[in-house]
Amino acid sequence: MAEVPTLAARVLRAVLLILLAGGVLVAVSTWVNGRAAARQAYDRLLLGAASDIAESIRVQHGAPFVDLPVSAFELLAQAPDDRIHYAVRGPGGQLITGMDSAVPVPDAPRRPVYFDARLQGEDARFVRVTRLFAEREFSGEVSVVVGQTVRARRAMALGLVTDALAPMALAGVALLAMAWLVARSAMRPLEALSQDLAARDPYDLTPMPVEGLPQELRVMVGSVNHFMARLDRQVEAMRNLISDTAHQLRTPVAAIRVQAEGLQEDGTPRALERLLARTRSLGALLDQLLSRALVTHRADSAPRVAVDLRMVALEIVDARDHELLAPGVEVRLEIGADPVLVMAEEFSLGEAAKNLLSNALKHGLPPVAVGVDRRGAEAWLWVMDSGSGPDPAIAARLGERFARSAASREDSAGLGLSIVMAVASAYGGRMATERRPEGFVMALVLPVVAT
Amino acid sequence: MLGQFRNRMITMGWRRMIQTILTLFGGALLAALLMATGPARAQEDTARFGSGATVLRVESTTDIAIFSPVMDRFVAENPDLSVAYEQWGSNDLFARSRAACNGTRPPADVVLSSAVQQMVWLVNAACAAPYLSARTQALPGARRWRDELWGITEEPAVIIYNKRLLAASDVPRSRFGLLDLMRSQPGRLRGRIATYDIEASGLGYLFAFSDSLEATTFGAMLEAFARVGAVATCCSAEIIRSVAEGRILIAYNVLGSYVAAAQEPDVGVILPEDYTLILSRSLMIPKGAAQPAAAGRLLEFLLGPQAQAMLMDIGLVMRVGPEETALLPSARRVIALSPAQLVALDAHRRARLIALHADAFRAEARE
Repeated sequence: MAEVPTLAARVLRAVLLILLAGGVLVAVSTWVNGRAAARQAYDRLLLGAASDIAESIRVQHGAPFVDLPVSAFELLAQAPDDRIHYAVRGPGGQLITGMDSAVPVPDAPRRPVYFDARLQGEDARFVRVTRLFAEREFSGEVSVVVGQTVRARRAMALGLVTDALAPMALAGVALLAMAWLVARSAMRPLEALSQDLAARDPYDLTPMPVEGLPQELRVMVGSVNHFMARLDRQVEAMRNLISDTAHQLRTPVAAIRVQAEGLQEDGTPRALERLLARTRSLGALLDQLLSRALVTHRADSAPRVAVDLRMVALEIVDARDHELLAPGVEVRLEIGADPVLVMAEEFSLGEAAKNLLSNALKHGLPPVAVGVDRRGAEAWLWVMDSGSGPDPAIAARLGERFARSAASREDSAGLGLSIVMAVASAYGGRMATERRPEGFVMALVLPVVAT
Repeated sequence: MLGQFRNRMITMGWRRMIQTILTLFGGALLAALLMATGPARAQEDTARFGSGATVLRVESTTDIAIFSPVMDRFVAENPDLSVAYEQWGSNDLFARSRAACNGTRPPADVVLSSAVQQMVWLVNAACAAPYLSARTQALPGARRWRDELWGITEEPAVIIYNKRLLAASDVPRSRFGLLDLMRSQPGRLRGRIATYDIEASGLGYLFAFSDSLEATTFGAMLEAFARVGAVATCCSAEIIRSVAEGRILIAYNVLGSYVAAAQEPDVGVILPEDYTLILSRSLMIPKGAAQPAAAGRLLEFLLGPQAQAMLMDIGLVMRVGPEETALLPSARRVIALSPAQLVALDAHRRARLIALHADAFRAEARE
């Protein structure tokens, strides 16, 4: 497997790349500039020397005479290690004085002209200066060619480049060191976090501390904490499910066993009837357990959407499940014309409503009404029966798991209202009861979504 | 001495005649060209040092007699080398080196010459090979050029006088003193002041050229020489002998090392206090030398402390100590190995300086 580089290495590599690219850019540009500067500086020396020599020419006995000035050569000696060429030529190109080596002089107008050529196998730079004589004894053009090898020019250009690059290299090293330090200090909280996580008990899902963390890390740790909270709830729900299931199944299974044994002894149709009823109620209990587990799971995992509570109430009534539970009982639907929207999940809301309705059918008196109201910022999904409601002692414990009353029927598991409670708490609401002259109301109250 | 042999090939007269012919043609360049294409010339003297298998060919203007102790020591320290030493006149050596540079004859391995301007010309014409070491880099800037030319010695141009004939109070300590003396005692000095004939002597020309660059006293000196009828003569040995014998009272611009070598007790030496020209005999390794590595070893040896001490004993390197001379450091004028020496070889410039000089020394005849 290819090694994935560390973040610090990536940062360092990026800085190094920037530095290298910058260095190459600076080197190239200073080289170009330095060469131009060196060329200009030494071209001036060359021109100065050539002009000096041209100045020193005078006409003597009808011929040009060159009183070669030492100053010209001292000018040229500013490039101490470069070889020199000089030649003074008369109108016909014949050598007056100087070195008779073949330097190809370009044809050019009568002003100083620079050119590059080879001098004894070395690159060299030349200048040609002409001087026009118009005297009685001599007239014509005398040209002075002065050349010099380019060692000093190259050394100067190179010097300029190194002068520019040396501080940059130093700055680069400093920058690299700083980048490394910054990367290290930025990574330190991450290391601390991972150490914290590694040292944790596997069941410890408490949030990690976010104090003193940089903003960027806070976001990440926040998501991790959020995820761990969800995991915590899931684990809790799972635990509850398992213990509930075990607790709930014990009694009916024991009852079924007793009845089956009775059936073995006398085999009356009545005993068979009771055994069937027991198994049916066991099925209902399993349904409720599953439904509650599902609600708890979905509340955490399913995306929340805007749901119209009226539609939920309408579906409950339309499904006519209550006709199975309590045949002949009339269920009214009381909903308004305006939608009542909450942010929730439709399945969970349906389960809560179903349980509210079946609770009313089981414990209350007909007729029963299902309705949806909007009260200020709250949306009420309520079920009302015509009875007077439970005793205050029981009402206080409504919604707890397995809160079964004396009035609870055999097939009740006591889970119905706890499902409603779970849905209410999952979506930021509550369960409410209300005593009205016409009956007892139980409701799922959720915050309204502004439309 | 074992392993050495010498033979004088030509006489001074022969040499003098050739030089006279050359001066007839004017500039040294022209002369050198002619010699390069002319009939082969023989060396003044040859010697062989050591018996090593590798032969290092040295062509030099320095007298074998002066240089042999140094060479003996060199071959003693490098037993694998032997040195074939040829002594040449400076103009002949220049012509040979140019011919070698053109490829018309094989080059020597080392060329050592007192004619600095000719050596600079050769290096400028790309006739030399580079060599670089800690010792060459330690040389002052005036004693090296392009890492192809190095000044080995330090020899002052001095004023000499006859100690018996010139009272201590009359001895000139500087050019100004000499000028004053010539002005105040023209009758006594008439015909008894000498300097080099710069047409005949390459060294004399180099000193005169350097004088013409150094100071405004040059014009005054020429004028005064003309007034007292100074003698222009060709050769160091001749001048020193004349001073020793008293025929000449004072000689100007004589190479100090020759005076030291002559060991004449009656000859007094003055390093002019206004400024003293210092000649550095220069060495180059010709391009295409057969033994460049051995040549480098000779250069290293000559620049080393041992050889420099020996050269100091011979008088080829000036002692720098308070007890020896009163010469101020600011009065030292080393004839620099720099491209400015090319001017000295310029035909027009040379013709003009020689004409000036000749005018001054002909003045006596006109009077």
